[in-house]
Amino acid sequence: MKLTSDQVKKVAKLANLPLTPQEEEKYSEQLSKILGYVEQLNQVDTSNVEPTFNVTGLNNVMREDEAIPSLSQQEALLNAPQKKEGMFVTKGVFEE
Amino acid sequence: MQNSKLQSKIQNLTELTLTETLKGLEDKAFSEKELNEAYFEKITILNPKINAFLTISEDLQKNPRGIPAAIKDSILTKNIKTTAGSKILSNFIPPYNATVINKLEEQGVSVLGKTNCDEFTMGSSGENSAFGPTKNPWNLEKVPGGSSSGSAAAVAADLCTFALGTDTGGSIRMPASLCGIVGLKPSYGRVSRYGAIAMASSFDQIGPITKTVGDARLVLEWICGPDGFDSNCASSKFKVQSSKLRNDLKGLKIGLPKEYFGKGLDKGVEKVVREAIKKLEELGAEIVEVSLPHTEYGIAAYYILVPSEISSNYARFDGIRYGGTRVDFGEEVKRRIMLGTYSLSSGYYDDYYAKAAKVRTLIKQDFEKVFEKVDVIVGPVSPTTAWNLGEKAQDPLTMYLSDVYTITANLAGIPGLSLPCGFVDGLPVGLQILGKYMDEETILNVGEVYEQATEWRKEKPKL
Repeated sequence: MKLTSDQVKKVAKLANLPLTPQEEEKYSEQLSKILGYVEQLNQVDTSNVEPTFNVTGLNNVMREDEAIPSLSQQEALLNAPQKKEGMFVTKGVFEE
Repeated sequence: MQNSKLQSKIQNLTELTLTETLKGLEDKAFSEKELNEAYFEKITILNPKINAFLTISEDLQKNPRGIPAAIKDSILTKNIKTTAGSKILSNFIPPYNATVINKLEEQGVSVLGKTNCDEFTMGSSGENSAFGPTKNPWNLEKVPGGSSSGSAAAVAADLCTFALGTDTGGSIRMPASLCGIVGLKPSYGRVSRYGAIAMASSFDQIGPITKTVGDARLVLEWICGPDGFDSNCASSKFKVQSSKLRNDLKGLKIGLPKEYFGKGLDKGVEKVVREAIKKLEELGAEIVEVSLPHTEYGIAAYYILVPSEISSNYARFDGIRYGGTRVDFGEEVKRRIMLGTYSLSSGYYDDYYAKAAKVRTLIKQDFEKVFEKVDVIVGPVSPTTAWNLGEKAQDPLTMYLSDVYTITANLAGIPGLSLPCGFVDGLPVGLQILGKYMDEETILNVGEVYEQATEWRKEKPKL
């Protein structure tokens, strides 16, 4: 499976990974090779096989709906690159 | 005269296993202060050579106490810088402890320092760390294995009483094997993952890296059990019933998968592992040849499923709430995020992710069928001994192929133990013991019987 630089560009955008054109080229080669390797899974007959997403088989593990201690606001902001008035600063979503 | 006496004391204290250390403290043969100071002294001399530790606890240096343990830097330690081997977390100070750290502190353990690892635990050699590779204490030109590279090197070089690592595809067992010490990947769901920086959430497990199997059993008892924060951490707590411990292996059936002894396994490693198996037979075990027919598809399934889970987990690193920006992720991290994003994107999901998840079922079933006939499965951990730094770093796929014997346990969720079983040209070889889901007791016991019948752990690297 050959991944073109264009496809890598698209995937990198989906994954929010800024790449230079040289990186797009390099990763397209490496990823193509890896995808070529994993394609051998097509040889395996998986008709009538259920997928395993969780080996424990557990589902909907619940707890009581009670508030328990959590991080303080100060602790939560401890590593924030930018903070203002006790909040994280981020890029505007609605800006022009 | 006084200096060499001190040196001797440092040497002796740091060579003690965890079990011996606890006994020594109980018998008041030495103090916690002397113990910690001995380790700090040794770290000062040896760490520059092997780069096992990224951070040493300043607090502990000022106030030496407790039983000093080395913690992989992908596990959160409150107020102690935690980088996961990544540039983007180079100044990250966690505001809370991982559950395992709280559990260890309850037992009187202190965090000696944080150990180097492949960036975000993605790697099999230790070379993907943003802070330089860790060196193998047995040969400084060789890799220690990864991703728990620093933890394994620290235990092998006697720079801690024990260490914690994490294992998603072999990251405890591979470095344990290449560094000649013990590493245990518990069953998936045995130990809470809360506070371990997630890589692939349906694969990750925290586990002990220790000087002996008995030490690993003790640490497992300490760290396991539900905490209400890991939905998959089941309610069964592990506690070894001493009455069940065996002195020999009579009546035990050991499966040897023919697929684990084929092409790709180094002849020297095969010879050492087969000699270990002969020893197991001498100890009373019955050896049964078995088959795990989907073994050859393990790496392919793993390297679709794990990058897919990674691509989802790593969306959290937005550089807004903590950490640096995504442009500073290392190459292997970017590779895996993109591989996963591609596999999960519409049009490809069925062909890659869903398909791999079905193959995962087949691999899990392979083990279930074999465990109907045998109690444990034994084989190599790594196809080779430690390779040269830089040797496999250029080709990602070559690096992935070294995981062939370890990833299957993570795919199936079963426990796996690596323990020393010999050497090839002065480099350690690990024996892998795989067990039934939630049957750490049997694999640890088999390991301990073998360990006590052999002398491998008496060998130490000459640093």
